[in-house]
Amino acid sequence: MNIEYFSHLMIMSGIFIILAVSLNLINGICGELSLGHAGFWAIGAYVGGSYGVFYALPLPNFLNLAISCGLGFVAASLAGLIIGVPCLRLRGDYLAIATLGFGEIIRIIIMNMDVVGGPRGLTGIPKWSNLPLIYFFVVITIIFMANLVRGTHGRAIISIREDEIAADCMGIYTFKYKTLAFVLGAGFAGIAGALYAHYQEFISPNSFSFMWSVIILIMVILGGLGSITGSIVGAVILTILPELLRFMGETISEWRMLIYSVLLIVLMLLRPSGIFGKKEFNVLALFSKKEAQ
Amino acid sequence: MQDIQFFFYDLLQFLVNGLSQGSIYALVALGYTMVYGIIKLINFAHGEFYMIGAFIGLYVCEYFLKINLSPTTALLLGLPVAMIGSGVVAVIVEKLVYRPIRGHGRISALITALGASLFFQYLGQGTVGAEPKAFPTLISGDGIEFFDGNVFISNIQMIIMAITVSLMIFLWWLVNKTRIGKAMRATSFNKNAAELMGINTDRIISFTFFLGASLAGAAGVLVGMYYNTAEPMMGLIPGLKAFIAAVLGGIGIIPGAFLGGITLGIAENLVVGFWISTYRDAVAFAILIIILLVKPAGLLGKNVKEKV
Repeated sequence: MNIEYFSHLMIMSGIFIILAVSLNLINGICGELSLGHAGFWAIGAYVGGSYGVFYALPLPNFLNLAISCGLGFVAASLAGLIIGVPCLRLRGDYLAIATLGFGEIIRIIIMNMDVVGGPRGLTGIPKWSNLPLIYFFVVITIIFMANLVRGTHGRAIISIREDEIAADCMGIYTFKYKTLAFVLGAGFAGIAGALYAHYQEFISPNSFSFMWSVIILIMVILGGLGSITGSIVGAVILTILPELLRFMGETISEWRMLIYSVLLIVLMLLRPSGIFGKKEFNVLALFSKKEAQ
Repeated sequence: MQDIQFFFYDLLQFLVNGLSQGSIYALVALGYTMVYGIIKLINFAHGEFYMIGAFIGLYVCEYFLKINLSPTTALLLGLPVAMIGSGVVAVIVEKLVYRPIRGHGRISALITALGASLFFQYLGQGTVGAEPKAFPTLISGDGIEFFDGNVFISNIQMIIMAITVSLMIFLWWLVNKTRIGKAMRATSFNKNAAELMGINTDRIISFTFFLGASLAGAAGVLVGMYYNTAEPMMGLIPGLKAFIAAVLGGIGIIPGAFLGGITLGIAENLVVGFWISTYRDAVAFAILIIILLVKPAGLLGKNVKEKV
């Protein structure tokens, strides 16, 4: 295994960690099933990529990447707001279908936009991301999510997952907090999109199909719905697993999605809580326990 | 004057196309609606039963043509075989996957259904290959012309509508006039009470899956005939659209699925015909979001207040 291949895997893991952690905020922590995450990812990628292609300022790469990610975040969270406000009035399974629909609509709209290349895709995006920069954003995302969950807003969001009606009765404005979770989740997917666009240098609408929404969902469920640590582990496992399958021969890697679907069903049947459940793995807590002893 | 006349012809033509496409959506939507009505599960894999029906129909009809049966006989024999085939697959899926997950919450059930759907799509890709397969020609492309050939109804479109209407009448009879239909209605009204009345609800749920999937299988064969192709991914988008049709009519309501399917088919064809064809798939989702915002219970549904 050479170093370039290894760093490619690391980078893809990083991007998927951001995606899984952000989807975990919507699906795991808030408990609203969203199936349109690839759509927000696409918005971030296209906005960030377009900035790189059409409006790039003469700045150092890392500043440009930060601007690009910022734009991706703003665009995707705006899309999240536009989609979330009507959809979050719906419950459970309807929301899943509505977000799925929006994810597809976003892809169809991009496909019909000639400015960004339509179905041919957007080419010539400057390569601004690299391993340290991507992990800088990964760390920011994780710290942000961990702090959010521990704070007032996070507690309110968790209470919606546990029992929406009870939360409402306790005086929590559930609609506001659901929208907050949805918008933030969408926004971080946008950051992942911008990072992805500046790493791959080429994006096309087909790289953001419904299948990817499902794969990100499987990452979150494998790790454990509601656990940030779980999402990270899930993202890393499902990024590396296909590569391991590739080593085992072409036929197995062709059956990748079939293996994923069986994995999803078996997980739901045998261990619906995933690897971590709702628990977090916390290094600091481990040390403080030892001190207490 | 001439413009108005041609506009009228176009409108009629799109209505005809919309009706035949809407019939397909209606057939698939019925399965969604019945399953949702009985166990409150959005069966994501329903579109895959439609795909399985199309493939069974394809191979069976090919076999019948090979042993020198006439195309009409092949269709008349192949359609029931495909219906029973996809129904049996649905019953197996229900027994193996959906029954253990029942009672684990709706999100788990939904994710499991998604898994089942992916399983069949990629199993299809792995076994028969991803490229579309040609469906044998069973019905010639002729048809009837109206208004000096400005409006055209093909034989296949007529057969699609005829088969849909007859299956609908059969379903109406089954649900409203038979013993098992009465048990189905009782189970969907209140599962526990039905069980106490001596109804084997597990068997009724299996039967509902069988019925829904066999209607979807019939739709698959008809679509295969209409477009002359079948492919493993063919179930995804029509499945979603049929779900939208079911929501549009009011999910859980059988006449609603029919109404929703026809409405969706016509709306889609009008948009594609008069506006932009590339937005075909976006129309359905836009309709879904509008209906969910304006009248979430659907066209024929009644609003139910949530109780603690």
